[in-house]
Amino acid sequence: MTGSSLSVRKISKHFASFKAVDQVSFDLQPGERVALLGHNGAGKTTLFKMVLGFLNRDGGEISVLNAAPGSNEARQGTSYLPESVAFPGALTGKEVLKFYARLKGQKPADALPLLERVGLADAAGRRVSTYSKGMRQRLGLAQALIGRPKLVLLDEPTTGLDPISRQNVYELIGEIAEQGATVLLSSHALTELEARTDRILIMSKGKLVADDQLNQLREQAGLPIRMKIWTRPDAVEQVADQLGTTRMNGRSVELDCTIDDKIRALSAISALGNLVEDVDVHAPSLDDVYRHFSNTAQREA
Amino acid sequence: MFSRILTIAGQEIRIGIRNRWILLATMILAVFSLALALLGSAPAGTLGVDRLTITVASLASLSVYLVPLIALLLAFDAICGEVERGTLLMTFSCPISRPEFLVGKALGHTLVLSFALVIGYGLTAGLLIAMGAGSLTGLVDFARLIATSILLGVCFLAIGYVLSALTRQSGTAAAAAIAAWLVLVVLYDLALLGALVANPSGVFASSVFPYAVLLNPADAFRLFNLAALGASELVGGMAGVSETLPFDPRFALLSLIAFVAAALTASAMLIRRITP
Repeated sequence: MTGSSLSVRKISKHFASFKAVDQVSFDLQPGERVALLGHNGAGKTTLFKMVLGFLNRDGGEISVLNAAPGSNEARQGTSYLPESVAFPGALTGKEVLKFYARLKGQKPADALPLLERVGLADAAGRRVSTYSKGMRQRLGLAQALIGRPKLVLLDEPTTGLDPISRQNVYELIGEIAEQGATVLLSSHALTELEARTDRILIMSKGKLVADDQLNQLREQAGLPIRMKIWTRPDAVEQVADQLGTTRMNGRSVELDCTIDDKIRALSAISALGNLVEDVDVHAPSLDDVYRHFSNTAQREA
Repeated sequence: MFSRILTIAGQEIRIGIRNRWILLATMILAVFSLALALLGSAPAGTLGVDRLTITVASLASLSVYLVPLIALLLAFDAICGEVERGTLLMTFSCPISRPEFLVGKALGHTLVLSFALVIGYGLTAGLLIAMGAGSLTGLVDFARLIATSILLGVCFLAIGYVLSALTRQSGTAAAAAIAAWLVLVVLYDLALLGALVANPSGVFASSVFPYAVLLNPADAFRLFNLAALGASELVGGMAGVSETLPFDPRFALLSLIAFVAAALTASAMLIRRITP
């Protein structure tokens, strides 16, 4: 087929009462960092399980590293970190990592530097039951990096991590991608994904509702820039009148404008002189973009 | 293939050592067998039979209760527990086949069980020999008991895997395992005895009962061991049956082996259907 790491064509899966995944298609290229967003139950984990060959699909085609999902070829080049894993508490971090290295046909000694890479070198000899949630998650991540996989699937890898550990996770993801691997991760934590992923897929109720780079998605969503103008106490109505908006709120006036109109709106505000005390400018965040696509899809459904 | 099976087996053994499962099982077997050997020695003195052999006869009855219980406790969590913890997702995303995974688990658990039996019962045998109460035939009887106890254990390990593959939660699997133990080890015997007592000379006693004994691994184990001891006059009960059987008692051994094969095949087929 193609040189893509993961190719999904019109796949569907329904369980007894609902459609978990509905006609989803996308292609992931080597070296791409892709985020898969969606509310709880949007079909992200079901999609992962179909890609791994754990669930049969009702229709469509999946090609993992140009092999069938779940085949030995596909599994040899793929690694996976499930959403919540409880490693055997009686074993040490080092033993867990060696176990998975052996299962993947790698030399256990070669996998050990990964513990240092995820910041667990000091805890390597301790039992997993003494680990914090963040440490367990990092151990899972180390497991997913054994043997330089070509496709890395991470189901909510940053859930439960502190900000510094999250940073560390995204640095690691960046490194893996630079070595040519494709990283597909699902997440709820939207704002932290900005500038850390090349592409964003949004799923809603089993459907893929968006697939593009973040700034492209921003443009497609056409969300307004929101301004909040703080005025002198007696000048609220006057300012609202001059800016042509009716939304006011005690001491402040709200104004929406498009990206093209932003400078013109700002100069209109500064022309008001000392009637204005302060201005807040809110560009639409990833949260807003996500909500836009998710809501649009739900309204259509 | 072998390295992956050994990896799974090694992990099971390591976990067994760490959470002191092996130690606990060994101690239970050692304590019970020592108690039986020492406390049960009073009547044996007058019979003029090797004390090791007498002990083996009582240990065979002990094994029927304890070994299935230990095996079920080792096995009930093997599949559904890993599904629950999410580790099966990760293990199956590695290039390992599901039968390899199952064989690895079975190998690891069998080794754990074998260790507990060899050390636990071995202590008792060693003590009796040190007291000058053992002979070579007694030792052979002991070795046979340990070997067949391991086989009985594997039967119940396989039953545990079947239950573990059929249930989604380890709590349910634990309840099912206890129920299986109760039915196969306790109630089955009671039912057979009840039927025998109700009609001691009917069709049931002559042509159904012997085969019913063969079908249950716990009874087959007891039948084989007591018959092999030739100790029916010593221990009575079930053993007296062996002389009136319509078949060679060694069929009981074959029945155990066939049971292991069937139950392991069933669990291998069930684990293919599992979505981790």
